[in-house]
Amino acid sequence: MTLDSAAPKANWFSRLAHPGNFMAWSRPLLWPLGVFTTLVFAAGLWFAFYNSPADYQMGDTVRIMYIHVPNAWLSQFVYGVMFVAALGTLVWRHPLADVAQKAAAPLGATFTALALYSGSLWGRPTWGTFWEWDGRMTSTLVLFFIYLGIIALWRAFDDQLRAARIVAVVTLVGALDIPVIKFSVDWWNTLHQPASILTPAGPTMPASILTPLFIMMLGFTLLFLLLHLISMRTEILRRRTDSLSRQAAARSA
Amino acid sequence: MSAVAAILGRELRLAGRTGADALTLVLFFVMVGAVMPFAIGPDRQLLGKLAPGIVWIAAFLSMLLGLDRLFRADEDDGTLLLFRQASIPLEAVVFAKMLAQWLLTALPVLIASPLLAILLSMDMASWGKTLLALLLGTPALTAFGTIGAAVTVGLKRGGLLGPVLMLPLSIPVLIFGVGVLTVMDGSTAPLLFVAALSLVSVAFCPFAAALALRVGSE
Repeated sequence: MTLDSAAPKANWFSRLAHPGNFMAWSRPLLWPLGVFTTLVFAAGLWFAFYNSPADYQMGDTVRIMYIHVPNAWLSQFVYGVMFVAALGTLVWRHPLADVAQKAAAPLGATFTALALYSGSLWGRPTWGTFWEWDGRMTSTLVLFFIYLGIIALWRAFDDQLRAARIVAVVTLVGALDIPVIKFSVDWWNTLHQPASILTPAGPTMPASILTPLFIMMLGFTLLFLLLHLISMRTEILRRRTDSLSRQAAARSA
Repeated sequence: MSAVAAILGRELRLAGRTGADALTLVLFFVMVGAVMPFAIGPDRQLLGKLAPGIVWIAAFLSMLLGLDRLFRADEDDGTLLLFRQASIPLEAVVFAKMLAQWLLTALPVLIASPLLAILLSMDMASWGKTLLALLLGTPALTAFGTIGAAVTVGLKRGGLLGPVLMLPLSIPVLIFGVGVLTVMDGSTAPLLFVAALSLVSVAFCPFAAALALRVGSE
């Protein structure tokens, strides 16, 4: 046995994800990503407000969609990220997966709250009500509660390593709600309109509306990635200061 | 199998000796129901209409109340550690404890439900339906609650957190459980849905709860 085989070379995945390396490679990404996100948002907002038609039934309120749909998409996408990170925590014992999980939860809760809020602002002029106990709204509200529960659980633990594993279990269980949200409009035929982008027959909207929608969805997704990177970095730094202050306390004692 | 029966017997004996747990639960259940007429007014017609929902809420709350006792005492005196090292899988232990929990928290509530039915001026038919729906739905509530209790067992101040985590997941049970009453044409779909939710969650929860117990204590 040589020394070499005793310490196997880390593959690219573990190298990429080592907290120290992560801090190194993510740092130069932040500014370009921020600038790019801003540009995409500028283009998306210009399209959404000036270069897309008003709906023949809803009029200008259709423009709420360019905020509502990206937020609703992210409310589920962020949960997907947390789901994968939870698997990373439980299966691969990945140190960065813990951080990714923790950083995603408040972001997901915010996007879900914005989706609910923009949805109810849109519902008032078009359906005549801020809120209706319809399948998709109820399941999205449940998702919001799940996010809040997960955040509360994170805060209840002192030991963050243990918290990560416990929260991961809860995240996996809570994922049951995601397919319910997706299919709620098909299972319960109620107020919320059915799927109109991912349908077997292709999108049901004209390109003039789809273009700004996709640009805004891209912009919001980039925004999430940017914020996620930043808050992961913050979390890593926070853990470092924690362990440093613990060491300092141990030394002075 | 005999080990599962032994754990079940132990739980029931423990509850029987310390006594008042089930009685307090029933008292709470009846009181929640009895407070409602003061909150919404003693109009018999309105009460009768709302009664199934009130019974569900009361049952739901009293079952959440009893959750904390599920793993807490075993964690405190080290029994849980022995369970984890036992020769039978932890999932089986959790299943036995879940069964005991249902017998100790859901069954008393079901037995006490006629009392609430009279207080809330329910008619016989809707009481029967509510009882059936509760019978089919409470296993799912216990199962989700077991996960909540397992997740928060290591927390000193986790008493309220387990219910908060598991409440959102229990909403479907409530929706279909109350739906049994409101369905028009006597279709059995909501009832079947409640039964399906219970079967799936009872099959799935011991694994999730055992996983939480395992990863939480290493």
